[in-house]
Amino acid sequence: MSDGVPMLQVENLEAGYEPGVPIVRGVSIDVAPGEIVAILGPNGAGKSTLIRSVAGLVPKFAGRVLLVGADVTALAAHQVIRHGLAFVPQTENVFAGMSVADNFALSAAILPARDRQARIGEMYAFFPSLAARRGTLAGRLSGGERQMLAVARALIVRPRLLVLDEASAGLSPKMVEAVFHRLKSIRETGVTILLVEQNVRAALAISDRAYVLAEGRNRHAGRAADLWSDAAIAELYLGTAPVLGAVS
Amino acid sequence: MNLQFVADGLLIGAMIGLGAIGVTLTYSILRFANFAHGEFIAWGAYGALTITSLIGFSIGRDVAPLGPFSFGWPLLVAGMLAMALTGVLALALDIVLFSRLRARGNAIIMVMASFGASMALRSLLEFIFTSQPAYFTREIQMAIPLGGGVRMTPDQLLTFGLAMLLVVAMFLVMRRTNIGRAMRAVSENPTLAAVVGVDVERVVRVTWLLGGALACAAGIMVGITVQVRPAMGFDLLLPLFAAAILGGIGSMPGAVAGGLIVGVAEAAAVPLVGAGFRGAVAFLVLIAVLIVRPTGLFGLRE
Repeated sequence: MSDGVPMLQVENLEAGYEPGVPIVRGVSIDVAPGEIVAILGPNGAGKSTLIRSVAGLVPKFAGRVLLVGADVTALAAHQVIRHGLAFVPQTENVFAGMSVADNFALSAAILPARDRQARIGEMYAFFPSLAARRGTLAGRLSGGERQMLAVARALIVRPRLLVLDEASAGLSPKMVEAVFHRLKSIRETGVTILLVEQNVRAALAISDRAYVLAEGRNRHAGRAADLWSDAAIAELYLGTAPVLGAVS
Repeated sequence: MNLQFVADGLLIGAMIGLGAIGVTLTYSILRFANFAHGEFIAWGAYGALTITSLIGFSIGRDVAPLGPFSFGWPLLVAGMLAMALTGVLALALDIVLFSRLRARGNAIIMVMASFGASMALRSLLEFIFTSQPAYFTREIQMAIPLGGGVRMTPDQLLTFGLAMLLVVAMFLVMRRTNIGRAMRAVSENPTLAAVVGVDVERVVRVTWLLGGALACAAGIMVGITVQVRPAMGFDLLLPLFAAAILGGIGSMPGAVAGGLIVGVAEAAAVPLVGAGFRGAVAFLVLIAVLIVRPTGLFGLRE
């Protein structure tokens, strides 16, 4: 990794599902290596569209996406992952009709053949609950286990940047805590994390910085603790009142 | 009761099952019902017939049949070449026609286009080969008694064995290989498949190649045990879809099981209710299964 080069640079990105109807309108964000950065904002702000576009799933109309300095703007999703960006969608993020082992094997297929089994073994060691259920269909796992599988599946390819869309959606508070605790552990292994979250409290608690979007545009950016303690921002854009001292 | 109909049904059912694998793969991965699939069966059979004739012409003499079978080694070589060529034909049809329509995202237009392609391909076969039936061989074979009053010719036993071998091979490809997992992944969720690094367009190409090759194998088997006609694929089209739906769309074992059930049901209709009801009985079985289990025998999802 080159010193001083951001992990991710999004420059004036315009993206959307239909030509001429941008949902993301000139958004710019930077993510430094090793950071956890949250994208926050009200419903319809364009958060998910932004990261789906970065991952190559939503057409881009203008702007650039650079991954460790390499321009990945024009790449499709199956090519973006080969440049080190692994994406975990909000829903349907595992192959429910395939076993845990097959979910892993499918994701590991882009690694060199000699590395695959060792990497899958590392993931079973990192997520022991999945090791015990390797033969189980992913569709029969609990919501929390599925989310762990989705994250583990993404990590198999040794991504430099892990991008998560609403990792806490549909999970119990206990499972949300477990998932976010695991994200902190993942960051400690050197993986940079970009996450979109509706659960502002949980997201800001583990993030270094955050961007706030509204109506498809950048509205605010700053350190997570500063955003949380800014009453105006919290009420206007994050849908919550600040709780001083809640962010550590 | 003479169980000959069971043997006859399993034989035709194995061929229907081979064709139905292509139908179910196309339906689940490309998300449309390809009514041109039956034509791959006919084109594959005529391809093998043509290559067999060319080999015979080039060596300038008749080739002795292999062991107890009615055909010689040229048909084996021709069969493999024809399977590859039929796969390429299916891929070419996708490149020329379906891929352009797929980009518009309208499945109904693709279904109608497949009807058109079916008629065009069938008419072209009739134009080239006429509508008269053709045969891989005119050797007369004695049926071997298998017990219980059942008799089958060596050709029939071989084709059944080869069909089952191909089914097992396909099952292993789908379960044990990266491309098989990728095909299952695209079938279940193409967006997520792309996210995990699967090149969906490559999977689509492989699906056409495999579907075409298997249809060709079915066509050659029908040609060996019955005859080769331009309408042979069209005649099998409804049983193919019945088998794929009966087994559960997207399920390869289901397509094979569906094919065997449809084949045996059709064959059983002849001695039980009369040959005129042959086509109807398979659909009664289909309706009965779908009432009890709407996702088909092996279907897992809506």
